[in-house]
Amino acid sequence: MTPFDPMRWRPAPFLPRNDVRDGALMFVIAVLSFLACLTALGAVASDRAARGWTAQLAGSATVVVHPRPGETPDSAAARAAETLSSVEGVAEAVALEKEKAEALIAPWLDDPEVLADLPVPRLVTVELDRRAPASTEAMTAALKARGQDATVDDHSTWMKEIKSAAGLTRWAAFGVFLLIAMATAAAIAFATRAGLAARRDIVEVLHLSGATDGFIARLFQVRFARMAALGGLAGAAGAAAFGAALRLIGGGEGLTPVLPVAWWDLSLTLACPIAAAGVAALAARQTAVALIGELT
Amino acid sequence: MSRNAETPSASETPEEPVLRFDEVSMRYGRQPEVLTGVSFALRPGSFHFITGASGAGKSSLLKLIYLAARPSSGLIHLFGQDLSRAPAGLLPLLRRRIGVVFQDFRLLDHLTAFDNVAVPLRITGQKPSSYRADVAELLGWVGLKGKMQALPPTLAGGEKQRLAIARAVVARPDLLLADEPTGNVDHQMALRIYRLFVELNRLGTTVVIATHDQDLVARSGQPVMHLEGGRLSLPAAPAPRGRL
Repeated sequence: MTPFDPMRWRPAPFLPRNDVRDGALMFVIAVLSFLACLTALGAVASDRAARGWTAQLAGSATVVVHPRPGETPDSAAARAAETLSSVEGVAEAVALEKEKAEALIAPWLDDPEVLADLPVPRLVTVELDRRAPASTEAMTAALKARGQDATVDDHSTWMKEIKSAAGLTRWAAFGVFLLIAMATAAAIAFATRAGLAARRDIVEVLHLSGATDGFIARLFQVRFARMAALGGLAGAAGAAAFGAALRLIGGGEGLTPVLPVAWWDLSLTLACPIAAAGVAALAARQTAVALIGELT
Repeated sequence: MSRNAETPSASETPEEPVLRFDEVSMRYGRQPEVLTGVSFALRPGSFHFITGASGAGKSSLLKLIYLAARPSSGLIHLFGQDLSRAPAGLLPLLRRRIGVVFQDFRLLDHLTAFDNVAVPLRITGQKPSSYRADVAELLGWVGLKGKMQALPPTLAGGEKQRLAIARAVVARPDLLLADEPTGNVDHQMALRIYRLFVELNRLGTTVVIATHDQDLVARSGQPVMHLEGGRLSLPAAPAPRGRL
């Protein structure tokens, strides 16, 4: 064994390096971080889906044309499409062929043969100018001016529903994320309290030797922040791997079009170790300062 | 009421006491008082023994001095500071000026002897290069030169005692307190430890030792504060018997 050279001495950490509780706590933090990352990824994906749907619906309108007496449904639809094409803010208006209109209804019918007896309305699909879309009122007025009986649907009812659902999803994801962050903080506060109780001898010696409360709290703060950062890294890596699998399995649309995952979304998980360390440092410091205060 | 031990008279040098107790009482929670109306003052560079039977209040008195407890009534002035008015941020700085040898040593078992002694210096934020040599020298001074890397659980009782003393004095405290520092060692070791304290006292450190060792007290010739039932009395300094 090499003889001890005091001149090469390096201070050992005040807190013992290995504690049996550390592994269990790190696992809990990793699991909580994994769930937090999945929640964040889910929120971003659902928000993107909602934006996509809203954009699609906002850029188009559907017009239901009712033929006048003596007019065929096809000619009524063609005339409406022609009228709408001339309205400012309409990029394109196309009369939907009878077969296509019927195909839209067919899935809702048990017996497709019934279609022959149904007065299927003719539809005109309108592509709006994205920069200055025509208003529903302008399209309705143009059709009325040409003496046509038609109803313009600008999809606003659907968009309202989608926006409402997207907002709800965002808030729900935020709530779950907050709950997970609080659970992480509580677990760390509990572990810090247990750690301080188990290391009361160290805390007392440092305290009575003149260490400030901040100095002692910092020891626990650094210990738990490091542990949380490692746990957060493991959880984030797990969540990123899960997200990558979804992207690979489902392509650009993710596992399902409802939750489209982008590669870029995976970078969100990078913030997890930092956030976990921050929550842990805060919780450990608060707990440690409160407990040290009880010493005197 | 206890007598005021060493309050300087008008003819004495008006040197500010290191420590002054004015009618200090202490109790734990709702328990009866463990110290009642204790008053005394310690001059800088003085050496005192505190004696008394078990439960007389020696350890409680030391706790008050090293700021591990607060009095239930009365005033304590430490290094000229009225502790009842001292801001919380000042207390750690006052503690750094006190070295304590605990009865149960309170060594940190996961740290080597060298690391244990370095604790008071590390918390002041000094660089290791500025005190490595001092710590090594001090460990040699207390006879632990060959045990610098030893963990406390591997040391004998007397070695632990000397290690605790080294930690208490490494930061050159103005006030050194020792609770039964010779309680776990043989007579020869007790004398050796006492001589360490005397040497430190000669260097200017005020020393207070709580002990049961009446023989040591009697042979030292140092002033004695005697506690009985939580009350302090100050017999005259005994004439030294023999040499220590």
